[in-house]
Amino acid sequence: MRAARVLLRPVGLAGIGLLVLVVLVAAFGPILWDGRATVVDTDHLLAGPSADHWIGTDNLGRDLFFRVLVATRLSIVLALAATAISIVLGVVLGAAPMLAGRRVGRVITWAVNVLVAFPGLLLVLFFAVIFGVGARGAALAVGLAGAPGFARLCHTLVAGVSERDYVAAARIAGVGRFRVLFRHVLPNVAEPLIVNATMAAGSVLLSFAGLSFLGLGVQAPSYDWGRLMQDGLNGIYIHPLAALAPGLAVILAGLAFNLTGEALAGAFGIGDVATVRTALGQATATELTAPVPGAVLSVDDLRVTLPGVHQPVHAVRGVTFAIKDGEAVGVVGESGSGKSMTALAVADLIEQPARVEANHLVFAGEDLTVPGDPESRRKHLGTSLAIVFQDPMTSFNPAHRIGPQLAEVSRAHQGLRRRAALARAVDRLRAVRIREPERRARQYPFQFSGGMRQRAMIGMGLMGTPRLIIADEPTTSLDVTVQSQVLALLAEVRRDTGAALLLISHDVSVVTDVCDRVLVMYAGRIVEELPAADLRTLARHPYTKALVAAVPDMETDLDRPLAVIPGVPIDPPHVPIGCAFAARCPLADDHCRAVDPPLLADAAGNRVACHKAAPHSVTSKVTA
Amino acid sequence: MPTAVPPVRGLRIPGAHPWLRFALRRTGRLLVSLWVLVTASFLMIHLVPGDPVRAALGLTAPADLVLARKRELGLLDPLWRQYADFLTGLFHGEMGVSISSRLPVAETIAQRLPATAALAVSAFLLSMLVAVPVGVVMAVLTRRGRRRRAELAFTGTSVVLGAIPDFLLAVGLVYLLAVQTNLFPVAGRDGLGSYVLPVLALAIGPAAVLSRIVRVEMLAVLEADYIRTARAKRLTALRIHLAHALPNAVTATLTLGGLLLSSLVAGTVLVENVFAWPGLGSSIVSSIVAKDYPLVQGTVLVYGVGVLLINTVVDVALALLDPRSTIGEG
Repeated sequence: MRAARVLLRPVGLAGIGLLVLVVLVAAFGPILWDGRATVVDTDHLLAGPSADHWIGTDNLGRDLFFRVLVATRLSIVLALAATAISIVLGVVLGAAPMLAGRRVGRVITWAVNVLVAFPGLLLVLFFAVIFGVGARGAALAVGLAGAPGFARLCHTLVAGVSERDYVAAARIAGVGRFRVLFRHVLPNVAEPLIVNATMAAGSVLLSFAGLSFLGLGVQAPSYDWGRLMQDGLNGIYIHPLAALAPGLAVILAGLAFNLTGEALAGAFGIGDVATVRTALGQATATELTAPVPGAVLSVDDLRVTLPGVHQPVHAVRGVTFAIKDGEAVGVVGESGSGKSMTALAVADLIEQPARVEANHLVFAGEDLTVPGDPESRRKHLGTSLAIVFQDPMTSFNPAHRIGPQLAEVSRAHQGLRRRAALARAVDRLRAVRIREPERRARQYPFQFSGGMRQRAMIGMGLMGTPRLIIADEPTTSLDVTVQSQVLALLAEVRRDTGAALLLISHDVSVVTDVCDRVLVMYAGRIVEELPAADLRTLARHPYTKALVAAVPDMETDLDRPLAVIPGVPIDPPHVPIGCAFAARCPLADDHCRAVDPPLLADAAGNRVACHKAAPHSVTSKVTA
Repeated sequence: MPTAVPPVRGLRIPGAHPWLRFALRRTGRLLVSLWVLVTASFLMIHLVPGDPVRAALGLTAPADLVLARKRELGLLDPLWRQYADFLTGLFHGEMGVSISSRLPVAETIAQRLPATAALAVSAFLLSMLVAVPVGVVMAVLTRRGRRRRAELAFTGTSVVLGAIPDFLLAVGLVYLLAVQTNLFPVAGRDGLGSYVLPVLALAIGPAAVLSRIVRVEMLAVLEADYIRTARAKRLTALRIHLAHALPNAVTATLTLGGLLLSSLVAGTVLVENVFAWPGLGSSIVSSIVAKDYPLVQGTVLVYGVGVLLINTVVDVALALLDPRSTIGEG
């Protein structure tokens, strides 16, 4: 039940409770208390609070508390009337493009856009001049002034709905415009309209109070809250409550409408939905281990945990590997296998509330899991670790020119002055084959093509002297010819600088072309590690074989369906007890489903985590 | 999608053309809006039901006086003639003569405008100066679900402060800081102290709303890929937040800031009346009550032009800050 959902929230309960109270007072206030609000007590003119008069009296000795209560009806009725005028006019104007045809619609939309630019109060004053001073004129003025805003909202909503299939279908079926509007369009925009109307009623109430307060709204002897404030303001030195109490009433009633609107929005799913976050649980103990000698990067039992909706998600579940100086290592796997998380964790770019743990994570002699001097670590990582991200379209800051974005690295870590750093940036852009680098350096990222941006990103990594380049799907978003250019550039850069490469990709053929060694990841773990050259022939894990088989080559029979890996990847929060791949594995048995296979190395240093992997690679030769 | 500029040597600055287009388009929109405003304020007096001059002078005024005043206002001429006179008058800086005070409207406005402008500008500056740093700091402190309690306190406070209309705040401030403690004068414009309460009353609401917007914008920007790139460059947190995140968060803030500024201009009407501030706001209300139409016409025109100018300045500032979105459109 939606009503129940509104009431279940504290905001909804408070809002609707207040609203019910306000409406009750508005309905019964004048009947119950009108006598007490108008009786003149000449013994207590402008008196302060007393037992007889809770918040005092006005200049005729009338009881202010009851006057505030009685004023509720007029204040609310006028606010609702003005809101109704706004809504009706707004809906008519907003739906006009649909009803009156394109040309008339365009004129109306244009007029609404011009009117929306003027603040509401100015429109109110304008209409107040025309309709004259008084309650009716003010209601018309406030109502008309609110119409452009509603028209804009309604126009947007109607335009959104009228592009949907069922509206188009109704139109093609010959249903009349008005019928389409009332039967198909309005019911579908009703929810946001009601929410906005509720909130608008709150703000109309406030502007009405303002108008009466200025003396342009309700005139004596009638009174609403604004009028009472106006009367009270003159005596604020002697009797502040006379001005403050009606003000408080205005705020409470305004809040009642606004909170109800917020709660309705929440129940209708228009606002954001609160998410339940869980604690990550206890950190598991880590034991310090020694890094692999001669490695630029050595990682032991890397674990990355993210907070989930119900329970923590173990995105990376114990990954151990090393990269030797100058070596190119590829990581392959499906989306959600944890390969990008591994790359980010290695680059020390994972932030709270995600948690990174490892026995060690040593890059170029420095263990990044151990807190160190932030200044020197920044300098170390900033100059010797280059990172190329997946999407070159979003990875450059749109607000800065390309040159300064590169130069920043040298200014921050190499102590270069602005001019020298910019010269180096131009030089690096030239090194990554960007033509006219001086001119290009002065351009914004949006003036670069995708391939050029990715080259500029590599150039950014070359501002220092990288010992490792982490490339996370660097070619995924590029087209095929640009892909090979970028890969060739990476190879060239490695040749020139001697940097090692960690290449994350879901593309098996890219990895076999570029890398020396391949890590295959599945469900946050490494399931196989072997030389890239052997990937197609000597793979032992059923998942690796399936990945390789899924890549079409020149001999693939195009008349048959392309090979796919059956089943779906595991849902990261729900990792099974046994082998994570068992559910999709043709070889799996009960043992596989019960016991998680360890990652074991053979004599050649190749590793595999599978109960069914044959000890000798020769026997598992695949005929794909 | 913007593609690379064709690499034609010798043909420099391919951006000049779009900038010119932008200038033309924006000027066109300003002129059309101005025309709508001028025409609307001209028509205002004709839309008043009944006889406006009779209404202004009262039922007891002699008929020949009403006729003379009508002739003086040009209301006896054909409509097109009145419109043409109105436009030519505006070009010469004339806006007619007030019915009640018999003074030129332009003079009255020139006398009262500075007080209103000073109020609106200082309130706008104050709300920006408070909102941007507060929003940025709150975004950095509470992002990714950190410090839930600070976030709730901030959101709650800003929602409540933003929901209270400026004239109610004004009354509350008068009560607290003028009546109760005598810290600041209750009304009038006399020295710097007299600015404090009206400026606060005008600025608190917008500052609360704006700081919430700045925070939300900052939160979105902090999750962007280019912020990760900036972190990958191992810049200091200060540089990441101020040089990389803030410029991108500020564009949306500026758009809304402009809207707030124009509603601030209108908000001065109410606040001026609370503080008996000798600006346009008090004069427009009294002239509406007195049915002094020429004065109302002139004042509405000045407020409207102020709003239009603010909107234009905001658009130009946006174009300079984020050339892609504004220049690329249309």
